[in-house]
Amino acid sequence: MTAPSITTTAQTQTVSRSFDLAAAFKDAAKTALIMLGLSIPILAYKTDQSGADLFLTPRWGLVAIVCAIVFGLRLLIHAFTASRSYARATPSPRQATELVDASPSAFQKASRFGIPFFLGVALAFPFLVYLIQGGLTESRYWVDLGILILTYVMLGWGLNIVVGLAGLLDLGYVAFYAVGAYTYALLSTTFGLSFWICLPLAGILAAFWGMILGFPVLRLRGDYLAIVTLAFGEIIRLVLINWVDLTNGGAGISSIPRATFFGIPFTAGEDGFAATFGLEFNGMHRMIFFYYLILALALLTNFVTMRLRKLPVGRAWEALREDEIACRSLGINTTNTKLTAFSIGAMFGGFAGSFFAVRQGFVSPESFNFLESAIILAIVVLGGMGSQIGVAIAAIVLVGGPEILRNLTFLQAIFGSGFDPNEYRLLLFGVGMVAMMVWRPRGLISEREPSVILKERKAISGSLVKEGHG
Amino acid sequence: MEIFVQQLINGLTLGSIYGLIAIGYTMVFGIIGMVNFAHGDVFMLSAFISLIFFLILTTWLGISSVAVALLIVLVIAMVLTSLWGWAIERIAYRPLRGSFRLAPLISAIGVSIFLSNFVQVAQGARNKPTPPMVQDVIVLFQGASGYNVALSYKQVIIMAVTAVLLTIFWYLVQKTSLGRAQRACEQDRKMAALLGINVDRTISLTFVIGAALASVAGTMYLLYYGVVSFNDGFVPGVKAFTAAVLGGIGSLPGAVLGGLIIGLIETFWSAYFSIEYKDVAAFSILAIVLIFMPSGILGRPEVEKV
Repeated sequence: MTAPSITTTAQTQTVSRSFDLAAAFKDAAKTALIMLGLSIPILAYKTDQSGADLFLTPRWGLVAIVCAIVFGLRLLIHAFTASRSYARATPSPRQATELVDASPSAFQKASRFGIPFFLGVALAFPFLVYLIQGGLTESRYWVDLGILILTYVMLGWGLNIVVGLAGLLDLGYVAFYAVGAYTYALLSTTFGLSFWICLPLAGILAAFWGMILGFPVLRLRGDYLAIVTLAFGEIIRLVLINWVDLTNGGAGISSIPRATFFGIPFTAGEDGFAATFGLEFNGMHRMIFFYYLILALALLTNFVTMRLRKLPVGRAWEALREDEIACRSLGINTTNTKLTAFSIGAMFGGFAGSFFAVRQGFVSPESFNFLESAIILAIVVLGGMGSQIGVAIAAIVLVGGPEILRNLTFLQAIFGSGFDPNEYRLLLFGVGMVAMMVWRPRGLISEREPSVILKERKAISGSLVKEGHG
Repeated sequence: MEIFVQQLINGLTLGSIYGLIAIGYTMVFGIIGMVNFAHGDVFMLSAFISLIFFLILTTWLGISSVAVALLIVLVIAMVLTSLWGWAIERIAYRPLRGSFRLAPLISAIGVSIFLSNFVQVAQGARNKPTPPMVQDVIVLFQGASGYNVALSYKQVIIMAVTAVLLTIFWYLVQKTSLGRAQRACEQDRKMAALLGINVDRTISLTFVIGAALASVAGTMYLLYYGVVSFNDGFVPGVKAFTAAVLGGIGSLPGAVLGGLIIGLIETFWSAYFSIEYKDVAAFSILAIVLIFMPSGILGRPEVEKV
């Protein structure tokens, strides 16, 4: 059940400086053998199709490489744990005897400068890229990437209200993203409403859907809740695919009107943005406008969340995450509390969705599958549930990382020209989620900032809080 | 009437497959209280394993008898998928015992994403059709309007294999010491450990059994539909989970019963209402059951202890 405490392991283990090499080798060999067993059919033979027939191509070389890698990794893990248990067995003179460390942690010290720094970089990003790339058109790729990352930051912050603060695992968050996107797409193409009217409408509608879906669901416990939200997410996607009259089915809705700069369109004409402000026309103006739009929306999400945390409702969310039964005994209406978290989270999802629709100019149900939900959840989990800056960092790593992977052309030199690192993106995603849960279940930033302070600010170690019991 | 009987047969076949997968969900939930989200992908993986071995046996080793090939494939797939089940538990779930409640679920989602993309990378993204293995049908009776009610050999094989395996498995859980340990851990893990049961081993074994039954389902799925692709794990997985919940999660007969009910509902829905919304029907049942009847048909109501 529970891991043995550190002191008992230190007492019982006889630690020697040189670890048992033979045993480590034996264990690594065993692991490699298991890997061989795992990879026998699925890696060793590739099914290829020619005409109607399937035939098999053996790939034993690949299996050998994979097994060798696993062998090496296992050996490394052994060496690592051996050195760590040695370090543990010899206590350092400065070892803490108190479980709770009340002095400001390294993270807190860093965050005092880190957060303004991050904000500054985010604000200046298009200019920095413009200077580095030396032109508006050249910087298109980077601004695009910035918009993508910020969209996920915003979605992550929205979901963070539900998962991180209220402790409700929502696997269908993408449904509200879809509601927001389709709200804008349908209202603008059918009634010609502008983006600025649709944006709040999308948020309201998504929040409304959050309430409708949330109301029956919220009596459920942790993992049941997760599965039901997953089911709702899939139902909404399937309805979007099959209700062809309304949504145009799997083909999606295209030619969605583009956003205007508060009424001034981004066109090359007389009354366009460039002409009005006396600039030379460039398609990038719109992209940069989108960048600041999503940055503003994301910061709004963050600001509202930070404020809500300090209100009674926000404190109730966090209390609910820690212990639902205690909450109920203290007279907190758990249904209402969960519902507010659910619908406010959904509202931000709706905002982000409507932004997505206006940026793409095209929406289709395929953009809102379960994987998208899983990616947003991975961002929140990786960031350390409840930590705003952690979520932002995780979004940069998870969304920006694969882009870096894509640009690593030297990998092609190693693995051959047919190697496409992007294929492995989701694979690494899955591995990353598991690894995160195994090694750092509290996420990258596991420290908790207390929302209410009596006299002095103390760090709350991640190991003292438990979430997800709701 | 003819259509009804035909759909009944189809539904029971599909239900057997769902029931086999659902046992894996229900056992794991019973013993460690987690939704093994990756179970559907283990099922998909096992379908690939059996596809590859079926090809090896028929094209390279030249085994012409389909029955022999199928039997060998079934055994090999069970062994190899069990190994996967064991490895997944060892790597992704065992280190998380005693972590916070949602950790295993998130880890399982990670495993699920990993498995489906691993198969995609290793085997390609296209659908894999198999050569038809069993094609003969038995015409049960001829309808007045010329509509024949047919029971194909495939369906007979699927139902028979399911029934036989369930019997063996039932014996394993009810009569052997292994099954007793498993049931003891389900009731109270700490107490079982105090009484000298190796809890970790028992949990591993639960995963192995679940994976083995999923692999039978995978082979049967391949036999029935003749085509498999890397993302075939998700929807059958969710449906089997629905079956487990409907039957009462934690209850083994419930899982099979739930599987049959879900299979019947799905085929009848497709036959009489609309085939487009059949997945919506399955997902809706999941939501409705979880909200209004969380303990299912045969399950025990859960008591929350403080």
